[in-house]
Amino acid sequence: MSGYFSTPKSNLAMRHRVGGVWKAIFFLSTAIGLLALAVLVITILDDVFGLVAVVDKVDRTTLADRPLEDLEKDELLAILDKKVSVNRLRTIQRNGGFTLDEIPAGEVYELVIAEVVKPTVEESYPLFDSLFKRAEIEAEVAQKHPDATIYFYSWLNQRFLTNSMSTTPQLAGVRTALFGSLWIIVITVAFAFPIGVGAAIYLEEYASRSWVNRVIQTNIDNLAGVPSIVYGILGLAIFVRTLSALTSGKAFGVEGVETGRTVLAAGLTMGLLVLPILIINAQEAVRAVPNSLRQASYGLGATQWQTIWHHVLPSAFPGILTGTILAVSRAIGETAPLILVGASSLINKDPQGIFSYFTALPIQIYNWTSRPQAEFRNIAAAAIIVLLVVLLSLNAVAILTRNRLTRRAP
Amino acid sequence: MTETLEKQHLAIETRDMHLFYGHFRAVKDVDLQVIPQKITAIIGPSGCGKSTVLRSFNRMNDFVPSFHMEGEVLFHGQNIYATDVDPVMVRQRIGMVFQKPNPFPKSIYDNVAWGARINGFKENMDDLVEQTLRQAALWDEVKDDLRKSGLSLSGGQQQRLCIARALAVKPEIILMDEPCSALDPIATLKIEDLMRELSEQYTIIIVTHNMQQAARASDHTAFFTMDEDRAGIMVEYGETNQIFTNPRDKRTEDYITGRFG
Repeated sequence: MSGYFSTPKSNLAMRHRVGGVWKAIFFLSTAIGLLALAVLVITILDDVFGLVAVVDKVDRTTLADRPLEDLEKDELLAILDKKVSVNRLRTIQRNGGFTLDEIPAGEVYELVIAEVVKPTVEESYPLFDSLFKRAEIEAEVAQKHPDATIYFYSWLNQRFLTNSMSTTPQLAGVRTALFGSLWIIVITVAFAFPIGVGAAIYLEEYASRSWVNRVIQTNIDNLAGVPSIVYGILGLAIFVRTLSALTSGKAFGVEGVETGRTVLAAGLTMGLLVLPILIINAQEAVRAVPNSLRQASYGLGATQWQTIWHHVLPSAFPGILTGTILAVSRAIGETAPLILVGASSLINKDPQGIFSYFTALPIQIYNWTSRPQAEFRNIAAAAIIVLLVVLLSLNAVAILTRNRLTRRAP
Repeated sequence: MTETLEKQHLAIETRDMHLFYGHFRAVKDVDLQVIPQKITAIIGPSGCGKSTVLRSFNRMNDFVPSFHMEGEVLFHGQNIYATDVDPVMVRQRIGMVFQKPNPFPKSIYDNVAWGARINGFKENMDDLVEQTLRQAALWDEVKDDLRKSGLSLSGGQQQRLCIARALAVKPEIILMDEPCSALDPIATLKIEDLMRELSEQYTIIIVTHNMQQAARASDHTAFFTMDEDRAGIMVEYGETNQIFTNPRDKRTEDYITGRFG
């Protein structure tokens, strides 16, 4: 700062300093957010992986003279015949819908482990302790459970994805909850998307600026902020109780479901919950379509409907999809309304259609975290990972669709 | 002048036309007679209601909620504001080109074809697209990439695409609302040449801020200004030559000589 650009009483240095301070504050805000996210992910991962100390109820060496993994199918079947009661075997086959003869050796091996060996996790350790304090853990386990084996275990594994609910944490899985959540999302979107987009188009393109419409608009804006438990009560009153004949499928001649606590009622409740979000976002998208586009269309002798269908909707569609992403994210993570409309956490039958009892991922997570045993915390963390992966995949599909549409119509 | 204005040959005739936004009278008492197959320019200072008048000729003002009008706008002897007239039909017969080029975010081909398609055009679309793009002096520049987006063209090309789009609906009259104000001088000149060619088949009414453009490109000129309560009024209307060389009204003379506006 010298010569021509220096003025005697320049406060420029001060102005730059103030700017620098604000820049630092804005950066700090971002950093705090990122830090919180990192802590969240680390906490979850800490629970999902780690060492476990496992004690077998029956010593494997007494069952066969070779490791169980190497046995042939008929040798494994022989063990099952010897160690498991006939009634129990019959129950297993009936529940699973298979006969022992037709399943491969791998599944028979799984059965031997689950029914005969019955390994139980005595202790489980978080990821970071397992990595950095392995020696201490081994010493502690050797002292408390002399005949336990220690190995590194991922609670998020194939069995966790394909098994349904169980009271034994190691055998419990999220299949039923995963299907429940997916059914709910499908019903939610199928119900809320057309209604939301339709309402947005009406409010933006057709409705006059009368006071009635202003009241409606204000109410929609407020409904987006209503606590989800209130929607749960609404869903309980309307879909579960009043419309139970419809939601249980009795009106359509569906048997076997007694109450309206079905996946349909849950999906419709969730649909009501996300409807304001969808409407508001779709309205924004429709409003963002430049007026010059509408005028060009009208100027060519297009009717209002042709203008909306050929120009407004295609231009607004990427924005509408963004709103749908937000709505799906909200719906897939909501727990409170599902508790009210009757998600049951102890169910191991997959939903077979819209008239089925159900459970959902957040319900399962909530249920597992409230159990006393430490192992349930591990599978709750694993279920959170599954929930996040499902959420991110759904969003990725929507974002890819949006980008493709945006590219096609620049 | 009056002897050329035979009634049956008018493209558009307004009678006692008053235009309002709410309680505000934007344009007062306009009696304008537009000659077919000629270029009529509407000039005047900002805010004098030129565009409002132009938009009232194809009922584009209907989209302004507070707008209403009194008087008549006659097209083929029929008042386009009569209750039994569908504004959609009016806009099909009286096309419009806007100030800012506004092609649809579609291909060049679809930009031209869309208007014809929604109006029930059933003949060979490829021929129509080629013919209208030729009419709009754009064909040679775009014939090899008709599938490219209309938005990928330059501003001047976009505006000619908008003109082609309007022509494809086969209107009788084309309204142009300052069509060159967003364009550079060369693109402007191309549009003016194009207007001259089109005026053999179509009636063109153009609103312009640019007096040279009106003098160069139009056959008749209407000069608008504001009266003391800010309502637009038509001061003088006549052949362009006469308006620019021998204006009858003092206000016209002040405006075209640059003493006002």
